[in-house]
Amino acid sequence: MKIMINGKSYQASPSETVLQVALRNGIYIPHLCYHQRTGPAAKCRACVVQVEGMNGLQTSCNLSVRDNMKVITDSPAVKAAQKMVVDLALSTGKHDCLACEQNGDCELQDAAYYLGIEHPSYQVEIPDYPLDDSSEFIYVERDKCISCGRCVVGCNQNVVNEVINFAYRGFETKIVFDQDLPMGTSSCVQCGECVQLCPVGALIDKRARGKGRPWNLEKIETVCPYCGVGCKLELHVDTLKNEIIRIKGVEDSPTNEGMLCVKGRYGFDFVHSPERLTKPMIKENGQLREAEWDEAINLVASRFNEIIEKHGSDSVAGLASAKVTNEENFVFQKFMRREVGTNNVDHCARL
Amino acid sequence: MKFYRNVVLIGIDDDSLQSGAREIETLLKREIARHNLSDEINVVEAGALGFFGTGVTLMIHPGQITYINVTKEDIPEIVEEHLLKGRTVSRLIMDSVYSRGYDFNYKHRIVLENSGLINPDLIDEYLGTGGYEALEKALLNMSREEIIEEVKKSGLRGRGGAGFPTGLKWSFTAPLDAKQKYFVINADEGEPGTFKDRLIMEGDPHKLLEGLIISSYAVGASKGYIYIRGEYKLCIERLQRAIDQAREYGILGKKIFGSDFDFDVEIKVGAGAYVCGEETALIESMEGKRGQPRSKPPFPGVVGAWQKPTVVNNVETIANIPGIISQGADWFRGFGTSDCPGTKAYTIMGDVSTPGLCEVDMGTSLRTIIDNYGGGMKNNRKFKAALVGGAAGVFLSDKLLDVKMDYNNLHEYSAVLGSGAILVMNDDVDILEMLWSVIRFFRHESCGKCGPCANGNEILYKLINNLRKGEGKKTDLDQMLQISEAMFNTSFCALGQSLLLPVKSAVTNFKEDFLKRIN
Ligand SMILES: Cc1cc2nc3c(=O)[nH]c(=O)nc-3n(C[C@H](O)[C@H](O)[C@H](O)COP(=O)(O)O)c2cc1C
Ligand code: SF4
Ligand code: SF4
Ligand code: SF4
Ligand code: SF4
Repeated sequence: MKIMINGKSYQASPSETVLQVALRNGIYIPHLCYHQRTGPAAKCRACVVQVEGMNGLQTSCNLSVRDNMKVITDSPAVKAAQKMVVDLALSTGKHDCLACEQNGDCELQDAAYYLGIEHPSYQVEIPDYPLDDSSEFIYVERDKCISCGRCVVGCNQNVVNEVINFAYRGFETKIVFDQDLPMGTSSCVQCGECVQLCPVGALIDKRARGKGRPWNLEKIETVCPYCGVGCKLELHVDTLKNEIIRIKGVEDSPTNEGMLCVKGRYGFDFVHSPERLTKPMIKENGQLREAEWDEAINLVASRFNEIIEKHGSDSVAGLASAKVTNEENFVFQKFMRREVGTNNVDHCARL
Repeated sequence: MKFYRNVVLIGIDDDSLQSGAREIETLLKREIARHNLSDEINVVEAGALGFFGTGVTLMIHPGQITYINVTKEDIPEIVEEHLLKGRTVSRLIMDSVYSRGYDFNYKHRIVLENSGLINPDLIDEYLGTGGYEALEKALLNMSREEIIEEVKKSGLRGRGGAGFPTGLKWSFTAPLDAKQKYFVINADEGEPGTFKDRLIMEGDPHKLLEGLIISSYAVGASKGYIYIRGEYKLCIERLQRAIDQAREYGILGKKIFGSDFDFDVEIKVGAGAYVCGEETALIESMEGKRGQPRSKPPFPGVVGAWQKPTVVNNVETIANIPGIISQGADWFRGFGTSDCPGTKAYTIMGDVSTPGLCEVDMGTSLRTIIDNYGGGMKNNRKFKAALVGGAAGVFLSDKLLDVKMDYNNLHEYSAVLGSGAILVMNDDVDILEMLWSVIRFFRHESCGKCGPCANGNEILYKLINNLRKGEGKKTDLDQMLQISEAMFNTSFCALGQSLLLPVKSAVTNFKEDFLKRIN
């Protein structure tokens, strides 16, 4: 089917919403609570549009497309409504972008930028939410929270840890962990799903604070080194220091759809550990000494060959790591079977 | 049936209980017994007699003599003078307290026709007024379609605020082929200044119950819920008693009146959030979830409580059903206006002589209601404004005193009938202060689900507080209008959309009250 957005025709499929069709075609409609993995919530109300034949404004995030639907996303009336919604959100939080970790990667900023909001028009006193610094990896700054509910859906429905929910009412509504416990003493397992989904700087990676702006960090995709699930990671790397600053899950990876566990997301400090082996070591007379790769590989190959010649192929076995990728494990078993000539091959299958 | 020389009705409702109605009732019976009059005089508990703020009220028949603000000390005198000697105690008579008297308007009552006349705790008294005959007719002589057709023809519109045609609403749910459907009575009555539903339930619980059973039969619901606010203790008590009695009489349960219709009712008690009066939030709350509205569509009539088709109607709406079924749509159309047939129950509060409740034809003007049912302006002060429709209503000026009030007519003047709450203000009242309390109410009741309502209310509250303190600017008024306009256009549910009416009407109709605070 086809729908018209701002006078131009676009292909759409019946399962899509107006917002999805618009975004897919590069038409930005401000939206703060919609995320492809948490679905339409129609909570933030920034995505309102006008639809021919319908009374008033409609939220585009939960509006299913109909054939020949005519949608306007940028008339003065629509933009005025969107602008007020975003302005109200900005006016009622502590949005000091200069000091905010999310600066440059913030969906509230994006919306304000699109709508031409220079600064919040109104000033109100914000409830004095103390910073929640209790969790090891996550920093909670409630006065930047816009109550979009993505973290709530993420924690309850995506990773099903059922820790976060909303409590209290109206302007006093806030996210709480369990029965309003500090995050660090709650049942949170620090998977970071909530951080990944938060559109603003309300939930952020604690250890990344002050370590670099989003636009200065290089994004490198890789596969998590921990377990056989093979979640896709996006490393945010300070290339000058050669340091990983934070890790995010890759949203469109079919393996993990953006989700990670606490190890994959936060357990990367080993990468920079001074105790980490960076060169092969050879033991001679009970002492380890550094060696070059060629020397080490030659030594291992010649010793294996000796053993196989003397005792047969089945006298050796290969144990692979479950931390490496499927492809690497495939190559390894092929090597053991074809080159070495044994079926003695296994992997650790645990972390 | 035993005949009595006099019948003394004592209004038992939440208000009179606070003034010691029970104690006075005991004392009254004791005094009557002391004079050996127990065989001649019957003391009957009734629902509210129609007034508010009149303490304990007694109505003595014959003669419909009404005593108000009765205290323990007055009882011996009333018994001796009136009941023994036949001389009225004029200092307590309502008419002598309120110069203009009070029009009970019993001939034009539908939902409150029995209120104050029968004992709501006795099903036999309701049966004595022809109660449950409509149910019998509906179950035994009418098809579901015929009932819905009759309700459509009657032109009945929802009394919960929005005025949606009731028959039409039912016709979306009735044809659905679902194993389970529900019918929910919305008795949350959270609109400030509104207590009509309470008085209907306190005064005549069986009428609501009868209406509920007929309505449920019509849409094919086998289970009914009455969602009622927790503060309404007496209503809950009386409704539960009515349900128990109806079960005992076979009016609830399996194969009612020998038909093949099974039906039962459960009371669900709310925890007192205004937003839980909104039908989808009500359903969430009934399911035990956080009381926040759901997206519509799907409408509850299709996907409602526990995902089953669920019709939600207001108490007053459903209390009209027995009358429509037993006496027909044409009879119903004999009341009110052609667009909005029937009557409307209003609660009249504020600066009138006799604040209270009345039921009058749709289309009755504000002036008539104030004069005939509110006893006129208190102390003959000048009328300045009326907030019609509750907090989500409109500040009307005296220009609209003679407008015929019904859903359509008021709409033409950008006003709403809403729940039927009328708050009358004299020329002493500062509209800015009134608007402040309206905004404070909405700020408190915003559920926080959506941004514009949670944030907008906060900012409006801040702006009006500045105006109150004399620190406001003229641009603040424009900002208040812009914000409430955007809230109207973008809020998730009608709660956040509602502020536009009071803000706009206050700021436009009573601008001077705002300007005088701005330097
Ligand atoms: C914030 C809000 C509060 C409401 N409160 C009530 C209420 O207390 N009682 C009621 O009957 N309807 C209330 N309504 C209207 C209901 O959503 C619903 O429209 C009504 O119960 C339908 O019944 P009716 O068709 O018989 O009027 C409220 C609506 C909103 C938006
Ligand atoms: S959350 Fe976004 S808008 Fe708020 S301070 Fe951070 S960057 Fe700025
Ligand atoms: S880190 Fe994971 S478990 Fe903890 S609150 Fe966030 S989503 Fe829930
Ligand atoms: S913490 Fe972030 S994701 Fe959670 S509700 Fe607030 S803004 Fe949304
Ligand atoms: S408009 Fe107000 S009450 Fe309604 S959903 Fe939004 S926050 Fe809740």
